[in-house]
Amino acid sequence: MSALTFTYEVPGDDFTRAGEASSDVKRKLKQLGYNPEAIRKVAIAMYEGEINMVIHANGGEAKVEVDPHEIRITLSDKGPGIPDVEKAMQEGWSTAPDTIRNLGFGAGMGLPNIKKYTDELRIDTKVGEGTTLYMKVLA
Amino acid sequence: MKVRDVIRILDAEVLVDGNLDTEVKTACGSDMMSDVLAFVKDQGMLLTGLCNPQVIRTAEMMDMHCVVFVRGKDIDPSIVELARSRDIIVLQTRHRMFSACGLLYMGGLRGE
Ligand SMILES: Nc1ncnc2c1ncn2[C@@H]1O[C@H](COP(=O)(O)OP(=O)(O)OP(=O)(O)O)[C@@H](O)[C@H]1O
Ligand SMILES: [Mg+2]
Repeated sequence: MSALTFTYEVPGDDFTRAGEASSDVKRKLKQLGYNPEAIRKVAIAMYEGEINMVIHANGGEAKVEVDPHEIRITLSDKGPGIPDVEKAMQEGWSTAPDTIRNLGFGAGMGLPNIKKYTDELRIDTKVGEGTTLYMKVLA
Repeated sequence: MKVRDVIRILDAEVLVDGNLDTEVKTACGSDMMSDVLAFVKDQGMLLTGLCNPQVIRTAEMMDMHCVVFVRGKDIDPSIVELARSRDIIVLQTRHRMFSACGLLYMGGLRGE
């Protein structure tokens, strides 16, 4: 059976809309009858990644492939890239300015949280070109 | 405690109605959605002084039933609409964060 695929544009200029893609995916997975724990893992991980694309990379694209036993999420942007991924993966490490912290984000918890809630995570990034996150959650 | 108890204890206004008999076992209070996403486990209610749509989105992703806005700031109608469409009860109280959490704690609600 071929996987169902959903794709989304994530606009970079409208913080209020950040999370719409994750929200839509969450509702679709519910309709498809996935178990609540898997849905929650996907929702949190994808939302963190989507917010990152909006606040750090001026938006991007999301692709979600759903199989009966796993959900694969690809988030790609053409933002500034991440110079030191190891550092970025540490809890509390953030380059977010105060303007972002005033919006409730920028604690440096997103990437570690994505790691925690996914069964697989790969980050491809190049400074000046962009970042792609591949995540997989087993259902 | 039930949502209706929260309303009574905080003398809160209901901005988005729902099943007020929903049981709230634990709650968390934060203005940092990053921290809510990273540290919350099964808390069904979020108290916050932050007023933007990401508060509702965060609650949605965490499967929370109820959001309480503290300090009585003006809440944009778009936030209320978003919560309504996601079946999240929204309350607003004049109390500040510290007092609101303290009142609920005295009423028997815990953090975890
Ligand atoms: N898509 C991206 N493009 C460029 N840089 C990124 C991207 N995602 C993350 N980063 C960099 O990695 C850092 C850590 O990301 P992480 O999500 O862990 O924390 P944060 O976004 O700063 O804060 P929080 O996630 O707690 O709101 C960011 O501050 C940023 O420098
Ligand atoms: Mg982040």
